[in-house]
Amino acid sequence: MAIEAQPQMPRVWRAETKPHKFCPGCGHGIILKALGEAIDALNIQQRAVFGCDIGCSLLAWDFFNLDTIQTHHGRTTPVLVGLKRARPELLAICYMGDGGAYAIGAQHLVSSVSRNDPVTIIVANNTQYAMTGGQMAPTTLPGQKTETSPYGRDVELTGRPMLGPELVATIAPSGAYVARGTVANVVQLKNFIQKGLSNQLKGRGISFIEVLSACPTNWHTNAAETWHFIEKEMSKFFPVGELRTPDGEQRQEVEHRGRQP
Amino acid sequence: MVTKPIKGEQRSFMTGNEVIAWAALAAGCEFMYGYPITPQNEIMHYWTRLAPKYERGFLQTEDEISAGFTTIGGVLAGKRVFTATAGPGNVLMQEAMAMAEMMRLPTVVVVTQRGGPSTATVIYSQQELNLTSFGGNGEGLRIVYSPASHDDLFSYTIKAFNSAWKYRFPTFVLGDGYQSKMRAPVTLYDPEERGLTMEPCYPMVGLPGLPGEEREPAHLRNTYNLEEELFAILSDSIKDYESMTPEVVEWEATAIDDAELLIIAHGIVSRAARAAVQVLREEGLKAGLFRPITLRPFPVAELRRLTGQARRLIVVESAYGQLEKMVKTALYGLKIPLRSYLRPGMGITPEEIVQFAKEL
Repeated sequence: MAIEAQPQMPRVWRAETKPHKFCPGCGHGIILKALGEAIDALNIQQRAVFGCDIGCSLLAWDFFNLDTIQTHHGRTTPVLVGLKRARPELLAICYMGDGGAYAIGAQHLVSSVSRNDPVTIIVANNTQYAMTGGQMAPTTLPGQKTETSPYGRDVELTGRPMLGPELVATIAPSGAYVARGTVANVVQLKNFIQKGLSNQLKGRGISFIEVLSACPTNWHTNAAETWHFIEKEMSKFFPVGELRTPDGEQRQEVEHRGRQP
Repeated sequence: MVTKPIKGEQRSFMTGNEVIAWAALAAGCEFMYGYPITPQNEIMHYWTRLAPKYERGFLQTEDEISAGFTTIGGVLAGKRVFTATAGPGNVLMQEAMAMAEMMRLPTVVVVTQRGGPSTATVIYSQQELNLTSFGGNGEGLRIVYSPASHDDLFSYTIKAFNSAWKYRFPTFVLGDGYQSKMRAPVTLYDPEERGLTMEPCYPMVGLPGLPGEEREPAHLRNTYNLEEELFAILSDSIKDYESMTPEVVEWEATAIDDAELLIIAHGIVSRAARAAVQVLREEGLKAGLFRPITLRPFPVAELRRLTGQARRLIVVESAYGQLEKMVKTALYGLKIPLRSYLRPGMGITPEEIVQFAKEL
């Protein structure tokens, strides 16, 4: 009876490696559930290759019943791009954190986007480097305390939170799909990821989905504070929604509330 | 299935970089990933001109980090692929090659050495021996070939693909700017017409069958939780490397049987050394040459055996003791005096070697 009471796992999840290796309250499990459901819905388990970065995302190396490559910090995109060029029939999914995407792997991200590489990039944004113990990241909020900004992020010295999807949406050629979802809205998140994967299936171009994610371990928050931080603090800087959709190539106006000086 | 570019034997007169592009084509290489850096560029120039005619692919990446990692992606896809680089690009390439070493991925990299450290010169050196052999945060479990002629560039580029896929260690062809830019006669051939079988390539991901149901998924990782886990993996790799070594090591010995003065040099410097041996012999000095062709694994047993009755050793290289260090390690315990002629980033002529040998 207890097992029946559990929510159902996506078909593509690997039951033998569950419960997963992420901390209690971590957002990765929710993102990977949305990804799993999207893979199930599109019935692409046979064709999908999953690449995970270094950082907490590395723990996903045996998460799915998918051929999986654990790469280096920031290097998941080039590995999967190399794979996709050599085997275009495969579906390449690049999974990484905000440090891997926007700091150490930023040149790969920018270049892949401008080449419109037909891969799907999913970025977990939890505003800091979690695996290494909670250092400041490009996405850390102004005033946010981390291990390397112990008195709060000073925007004069270290800049403002990096807006990944906005950057990608600005430089991506036509055919790109760009969105920002959140673990606080799983139905929408699954929809965004599914659209991103469909974009690759249709051969239209790159797809990029950032996901606002939770790290109660390094945020030092309880459940209520964690949800408050995602829904009330992060959302001020990182507006959720679709930024680029290839259907009609219309750019949805997303409110940039984090941009006032 | 890729189209064969060469039928029969073709005598040509071309640059080393062009030879390398033809060799990769002849080997059935399907894809090149690369980033511009001198003196490697013309490998890409020739490849991008030839590739579409023979149904091969090319991707110009954003840097050598990406060139290394996209090459890894091509290998994982099961394709015979390669990249080429030099100098500071070789430095950046090492991150991906460390991953290839850990995960036993058959990457092939052609290195056309230029002056170092830093940007230095775009011309020539033998200063990337340490980096190519031992770059990365690991043990140097790689295969490194040192060609000395255009025929070598052709045959060892083909061989690099076979050694990489047979033994699954990252494999390098360690050329240099002189060999890359020099125009020289060469014989191009189709390897299979010469009875050479190309090692088959196979995918490591994107395999047939539904993963988790019809087969186990490929879960490839390079991160381990415990010291013991890592040690077990590395011990297996080291065992494979050591058992491969007798099959892989190559060397060339010239006038060695009665040599009292043994010169040790690799790559293009070995050609100057061979000419020097001839002059020294004509002048009555019993000189010989030992040329390691594989620098990793190094022909340790062969060098120790062939050192034989030598009373003096001379290491000659366009670097400040990188080959010398390998020679000293190989000859540990032997009490033969060794002097070295070290010219980091400089070309070396036979006359210089003759003079150095006579002044000993």
